[in-house]
Amino acid sequence: MATSNVRHALFCAIVTIVISYPILGLNLEAEGINIVLTGTDATTIVAIACAALIVFLFQLFRDSVMGKLGAVSDLNPLTGRKPMEQDKRAKLESWVLTGLVVVALFWPFFSSRGAVDLATLVLIYVILALGLNVVVGLAGLLDLGYVAFYAVGAYTFALLSQYYGISFWMALPLGALLAGLFGLLLGFPVLRLRGDYLAIVTLGFGEIIRILLNNWTNVTGGPNGIGGIPDPTLFGMEFGRRVKEEGNTSFHETFGIAYSGEHKVIFLYLIALVLAIITALIIRRLMKMPVGRAWEALREDEIAARSLGLSRTAVKLSAFTIGAFFAGFAGTIFASKQGFISPESFVFLESAIILAIVVLGGMGSQIGVILAAIAVTILPELAREFSEYRMLIFGAAMVLMMIWRPQGLVPMRRLHITLKTQE
Amino acid sequence: MLILEDIHTHYGKIEALHGVSVEINEGEIVTLIGANGAGKTTLLMTVCGSPQASAGRVVFEGRDITKEPTSQIMRSGIAIVPEGRRIFSGLTVKENLHMGGFFNTKSEIRESQEHVYELFPRLKERESQRAGTMSGGEQQMLAIGRALMSKPRLIILDEPSLGLAPLIIKQIFEIIGKLRDDGMTVFLVEQNAHQALNLADRGYVLETGRIRLHDTGANLLVNPQVREAYLGG
Repeated sequence: MATSNVRHALFCAIVTIVISYPILGLNLEAEGINIVLTGTDATTIVAIACAALIVFLFQLFRDSVMGKLGAVSDLNPLTGRKPMEQDKRAKLESWVLTGLVVVALFWPFFSSRGAVDLATLVLIYVILALGLNVVVGLAGLLDLGYVAFYAVGAYTFALLSQYYGISFWMALPLGALLAGLFGLLLGFPVLRLRGDYLAIVTLGFGEIIRILLNNWTNVTGGPNGIGGIPDPTLFGMEFGRRVKEEGNTSFHETFGIAYSGEHKVIFLYLIALVLAIITALIIRRLMKMPVGRAWEALREDEIAARSLGLSRTAVKLSAFTIGAFFAGFAGTIFASKQGFISPESFVFLESAIILAIVVLGGMGSQIGVILAAIAVTILPELAREFSEYRMLIFGAAMVLMMIWRPQGLVPMRRLHITLKTQE
Repeated sequence: MLILEDIHTHYGKIEALHGVSVEINEGEIVTLIGANGAGKTTLLMTVCGSPQASAGRVVFEGRDITKEPTSQIMRSGIAIVPEGRRIFSGLTVKENLHMGGFFNTKSEIRESQEHVYELFPRLKERESQRAGTMSGGEQQMLAIGRALMSKPRLIILDEPSLGLAPLIIKQIFEIIGKLRDDGMTVFLVEQNAHQALNLADRGYVLETGRIRLHDTGANLLVNPQVREAYLGG
């Protein structure tokens, strides 16, 4: 027992050295036209040795360390608490939510431009995660190509505005509908697939869309992307300093205030906020409706769901379509916010991040997913100073989450439907 | 009520059923017994349309349902309690039952829920408990209750005694008898031949995809071939 622990710890330490030395301990330097391999300075070597030692000690005393860490949750004052009564909790929740929305509405007017811009991005991720939550969290269909629908939404707006001069407000429903249509199309071939196989096919689909956008140069501009995507307008009022389109007026002139670039940022933020709220409300409603219960039944047990007369086709397709629809929504806002899009914005990593948000937040839980979207988008920004190690920190956070809260930040609490008993 | 005519079913190239004919009349309990791999579950799945029969006909209440999709069949008055119970373990007992009445109106659900609670008072006690945390016997009761929620005219049970204690099996079989007394038609597939034949009006013996014997339950119980093969001599 003890010896095997030592051997295991030694092995882990060696692995640490084997992995980290070539990465950190060796430098490639250009000398003229040749590349020379040089060793690194002493501090790095010492650091690697220290890391190996830490790994060795941790693995040696792993059992007692992990035991202590496990006991940490006992210190949490909330664990032993009795759950609140259902209606009391629901009331409290709705108050808190209303408060949050009010704060979110007025906050940008007192905040910096950068912060509002970041908040808009957070809201886009909230919409994306809420949409993917339908597919993965509720219907239990692992979709690794979700970013494809996001891309469809964004490119729909970009292309329509470039070729037909369509405005944001026209493109918003069109982008969402087209993304939904793509969701439906993808749904058909993957109906029979489950689990790993489904994940692989959706992953492939995501890549197909990206590669198509990358190579269809004469329509999509290929890797150069599409620029000059118009900003949204408020009842025909533009937010630029000068009006771009004939007949439009500009926002600051109409209201007789001085021009400020912040107006546009705040306006975009408010649009994203309203759309995020609409998304959350629609999906919340769907969850309570029969189709929401059908998704869950299919996730829990496909055979049982079918034995009750549910159509596998209809249930799966509806989940895919609705999930994709909201991704299209988010894509349109994203295109408008950036003003420029290229296939680079829609790589697999995006799908992975959205999926990570859903898993971190707690599959199927709306509040959890919203919190996770905020955390996952903002944390990397706060950790900008450690830019090189951002993904490392992200990964570590994921691992720790899975140890402590495998159910996610806020695990899904099932919405109960009570039938009134007849008098 | 349900007529299977010369059913052939294939899994890919392999034929699992070689021309099976079974007839179930309204208001009776018909049992299908057979060893592992005889094709019992395949036969049930064929009735449900998944997989569909490659030859032969399935007729339910005079309507040919051979080529209908599963979802259609399961909404037309047939309910199945699948092998291994397959309840929704993350949902509460009540939610499981409501899933069973997915296509019914609210008042119908209320009515059948009362009926199920009458049959299984234990389920009412456990109403808001998560189904996965219940014992095997209770889960089986829930699976039957869920199937009853859609107010079927024919209920198909696939090995309801699987993995249950003898006392619980007795209770389950009593309930099945009660269902017949209430006018429901029951198609019971069992490995537990003794109890199934005791209860059933008629029985079929399935062997490697063919019907070997067909008689009343009482006759099959005393049939020497059946006694030797399924009842332990």
